[in-house]
Amino acid sequence: MIVKANWQAVIALILALAAVLNVPFFASGSQWLCVAATVLVAMAAGRSMWATLTTFDIILIGVLTHIAVFLLLQMLSGNEGSATSGYFICIAACWLMGWRLVTILSGDGSRGSGEGFVGRIFVPALFGIWLLIIWEAITRGAGVPFVLLPPPSAIGVRFMSSLPILAADFYQTVLKAVLFGFCVGSFTGFLVAVLADRYKFLSNGLLPIGNVVSALPIIGIAPIMVIWFGFDWQSKAAVVIVMTFFPMLVNTIAGLKATGTMERDLMQTYAASHWQTLFKLRLPAAMPFIFNALKINSTLALIGAIVSEFFGTPIVGMGFRISTEVGRMNLDMVWAEIALAALVGSLFYGALSLLERTITFWHPSYRS
Amino acid sequence: MDCGRGIAMMTNTSFLHTRIIPVGTIVAIIIALWYVATFFMNVPFQRDQNRRSGVTVTQSELIAQTMAQPKPTLPAPHQVFENLYKNTFTVPVTSKRSLVYNAWVTLSSTLLGFLMGTVLGVMIAVGIVHIPALERSFLPWIIASQTIPMLAVAPMIIVIMSAIGITGILPKALISTYLSFFPVAVGMVKGLRSPDLMHLDLMRTYNASQWQTFWKLRVPASVPFFFTSIKVAVAASLVGAIVGELPTGAVAGIGAKLLAGSYYSQTIDIWAALIAGSVVAVMLVMLVDLVGRLVAARMGGKPA
Repeated sequence: MIVKANWQAVIALILALAAVLNVPFFASGSQWLCVAATVLVAMAAGRSMWATLTTFDIILIGVLTHIAVFLLLQMLSGNEGSATSGYFICIAACWLMGWRLVTILSGDGSRGSGEGFVGRIFVPALFGIWLLIIWEAITRGAGVPFVLLPPPSAIGVRFMSSLPILAADFYQTVLKAVLFGFCVGSFTGFLVAVLADRYKFLSNGLLPIGNVVSALPIIGIAPIMVIWFGFDWQSKAAVVIVMTFFPMLVNTIAGLKATGTMERDLMQTYAASHWQTLFKLRLPAAMPFIFNALKINSTLALIGAIVSEFFGTPIVGMGFRISTEVGRMNLDMVWAEIALAALVGSLFYGALSLLERTITFWHPSYRS
Repeated sequence: MDCGRGIAMMTNTSFLHTRIIPVGTIVAIIIALWYVATFFMNVPFQRDQNRRSGVTVTQSELIAQTMAQPKPTLPAPHQVFENLYKNTFTVPVTSKRSLVYNAWVTLSSTLLGFLMGTVLGVMIAVGIVHIPALERSFLPWIIASQTIPMLAVAPMIIVIMSAIGITGILPKALISTYLSFFPVAVGMVKGLRSPDLMHLDLMRTYNASQWQTFWKLRVPASVPFFFTSIKVAVAASLVGAIVGELPTGAVAGIGAKLLAGSYYSQTIDIWAALIAGSVVAVMLVMLVDLVGRLVAARMGGKPA
């Protein structure tokens, strides 16, 4: 057996030693669990210093580390806010081993290392889980006031217990304002871009304006739209339309210019009309650009609708809920809404990516 | 000499034809449409008003009235610019009404946030380029973080910060930081990776350390990417600062002007604040662009 030290494991071992000297981790509760957790993580650290690691070793390190963390989080219940320095030292040791695991799984950065399911899905997932673990351990262990930052577990409980409210807000903000605004804004942007492509003068005039507008804080029109279209979802949809119009315009115009001279010449030799060239050659070639705009717009639409609700809404909607619950210091509800928004945003983006893959299957970035 | 001037003149006329005339025409059309819309959006209220007071007016008087309401549904362009001019040049800069003062309040937190976001973004990019574990674990989350409408969290960040005693421009700047670090991080990862394999191999044959490769090859290669991404970042910072002013009931700033305008239906004020914000945005982007060009010229790049 040849030992090959790595800095995460060495520091983790030192921390584990320090943690053992600091038992118990709480004012009350079993000392044995604390020691057990520390020993588990120390074992993981020791194992990770072997020179050659088999798949079994990697799994073992992962399992030992996460059992230790699980024990540590379990010990929290009933002991909120009374964690001693030993507890946090032990958490830090576990975190270092989590980092070590990610480093092993990510490979050395050479071509092809860290690819596949493990590199693409498992490693990011591990990172996300660790973010939640540390958040949970610090907020509950150190007793961070609930109004400052609720622990993820409390947010999860709140999320599940207020599903009807969340569903109503989702319906109001996403299904009414966002979807309508996103579709209308993107579609008009697309239509104007096709027109601008047909008439050079229009494109010369619109493109600089579009570029300037994309740098502007368009969200500021929200109060005006509320005055014009009232408190309900129509005013939010109007903001979303304006916000999504210009990215689509600029990207589609750029995309329609993406075809090469050779390809266009070929269409010319076929005696293809402008519209035939457009539909058979240039629009398909513009698809990657259009999808880029759609992806940008998916985020913008959600932001636009939520922020416009700060300027006045009926008593439902994600932005309304966030601003009122902040006022009432119900931070767990606010975080539940944010989790919902994050979920919706990611799903929206993911759905667009899937659609892009099926439509632009010919693009080099998707060919295997 | 003459030949050169001839070429310059040719490019000038083509600039006139491809830029100034089309853009000017479209802007003129927008302003014309704006006036027409002003009439149609304000006229129902004005007719109602006239009927109540029992005045009969000719059509041209009615048009003039719709252009001069104190709280119009849609203010006419000249009303907006009058307000803009008044609040920018005639009011003293220190006054609460001055748009310069409000723009400065917003600008200061924008710049602080932009600075922090840029530093953070560059640091993340450097880390990602050099540590494979960071790329695998962290990069997907950075990208995912942008699908989260983080602007929605702005009010909470502000409230939390003020609860623990941090007030002033820092909370707003943090929102700007969040919005601006992403374009910088992603752009810089691309930029620091942009030297091709040949160049990297050359550095290896020179026996250059990773540090030397970084400073002498990766950093210079990333400069164009850097400026492209901070152009996006500075615009995002401004949006962050404006939205950051909404929930606090901030007393000053472009966002505060917007909110106050929407409370009191001072539509002309809202429009003027919007245009002031847009002018700030355009100036910031142009400034970054200018610095980018100067740096590129200094590094021996060809003027594009």
